[in-house]
Amino acid sequence: MTDPQTIIQAKEISVHYGSKKVLDNVSFDIGENEVTSIIGPSGCGKSTLLRSFNRMNDLIPSAVVSGEIIFHGQNIYEPHLDPTEIRYQMGMVFQKPNPFPKSIYDNIAFGPKVAGFTGDMDQLVEESLQKSALWDEVKDRLKDSALALSGGQQQRLCIARALAVEPEVILMDEPCSALDPISTLAIEQLMRELKKQYSIIIVTHNMQQAARVSDKTAFFMNEGDNIGLLIEYGDTQKIFSQPEHKTTEDYITGRFG
Amino acid sequence: MQYIEKEKYQQRLVKRQRTGKIFEIMCIISITIGIGMLALLLWYVADQGLHKLDWQFLISFPSRFPERAGIYGALLGTLYVIGTGGLIAFVLGVGTAIYLEEYANDTRLSRILQVNIANLAGVPSIVYGILGLEIFVRFAGLGRSVLAGSLTIALLILPIVIIASQEALKAVPSSIREGGFALGASKWQVVSILVIPQAFASILTGVILAVSRAIGETAPLIVMGALTFVPFAPDGFMSPFTVLPIQIFNWVSRPQHGFHEIAAAGIVVLLITLILLNSVAIFLRHKFSKNLEG
Repeated sequence: MTDPQTIIQAKEISVHYGSKKVLDNVSFDIGENEVTSIIGPSGCGKSTLLRSFNRMNDLIPSAVVSGEIIFHGQNIYEPHLDPTEIRYQMGMVFQKPNPFPKSIYDNIAFGPKVAGFTGDMDQLVEESLQKSALWDEVKDRLKDSALALSGGQQQRLCIARALAVEPEVILMDEPCSALDPISTLAIEQLMRELKKQYSIIIVTHNMQQAARVSDKTAFFMNEGDNIGLLIEYGDTQKIFSQPEHKTTEDYITGRFG
Repeated sequence: MQYIEKEKYQQRLVKRQRTGKIFEIMCIISITIGIGMLALLLWYVADQGLHKLDWQFLISFPSRFPERAGIYGALLGTLYVIGTGGLIAFVLGVGTAIYLEEYANDTRLSRILQVNIANLAGVPSIVYGILGLEIFVRFAGLGRSVLAGSLTIALLILPIVIIASQEALKAVPSSIREGGFALGASKWQVVSILVIPQAFASILTGVILAVSRAIGETAPLIVMGALTFVPFAPDGFMSPFTVLPIQIFNWVSRPQHGFHEIAAAGIVVLLITLILLNSVAIFLRHKFSKNLEG
């Protein structure tokens, strides 16, 4: 197996909220067409890191990000870059499904519309829904409210919505934590399918999920006053079978709560 | 181990349920008193004035003789002043609320601004009348016109409109905004496509409530110089005017019984205007919240 191309490089990323440090000097590479999972206990900066990749942290006034995120050879934190454009290239799926209070169709069409898409919207909506394996369930009620869908369907709608703007990277922040096991399975299946075309970074609390879906795993942890440390990063198989660090082993075997 | 003894639990349970029942009864008494008073008022006014309320009354101007007096000028004046004032307050108030909620950073200045807006909502309306007199009537040279009255009313309800709109915007979950930004929407697109449509029904309700309050305001308009005897309809924004509550006040303060009757009829007209306004609000609110589901 050849090593995949690197699509995103995190270089010495630190994040502060006000005077509070949440992420400490994190560096690692994300492979193209891979699923990279980020695991670790609550409050160790996993979501913060994910939100650094598409500059969503810019929306929090007190957040300060230092270091570089290299995407296509360019640091996305360059002052002249518009975060709107970065977010256009990286889709994001949130912990809680957050469909807009509009029709299923309009939810999908939102991203392309705001970006100025002028092609065949019906076709794009259908393709996006098909990619997220939701088309068969909703094709007869595209004009119905998205809020009428079940939680699992809503989350797949949010994935379809993200796919509609044709991003290269999909960032997922605990996408299954609000879902039942069957919906979770559907989304995991979907991720395996999607990684053929996209690079996926997923934050998860579910270790089995990380083991099931990801190629690489990054383990984060707090050690005393040192918050948000990247303890270990590598092939998922290796992290879960022979971790190099004792902390990693303790965490994945459940010796910490 | 048993923390709560079974017997005591039973005794307390009876007591707890009784407390709940007492509270419910107190609430029923409250609503009876409140609604009862309103019903009494309505019945009294209707009894006094309903027989005076006819088409002639609606299309006549005030007169020295109660049987010939009508409310046309005041009704039109109210529609002019409230309509224009409400529109101005809507535009300024919603704009202010959007800026404060969606654009302004949480700085010292914006917090000071916030506190002052809340304070302005509590300033007695007569103070706005004095302000309107000085600024619009005298300084801006608008005279005692419909326009000056509208601007005064707009100022009066502006704080309420701002606060109601802010609450409506706050009620839109931040996950919706994040969802929009994550798809590469600009601030303006997130605000205009996602946030405002979702908040609009509540914003509208706030505006209509503010306008409903303003429709009965008398003091500020008397201070800024609305007339009490207007034998003509306002024919534009620079025309002198009167409004329903002033006309009613004027009739009530006359000694002749006939005027008291038409004052009651005037009150009925005022109430019907208010009900119509609120119906429009409910209709629009319903329409906009329905749009969101579809």
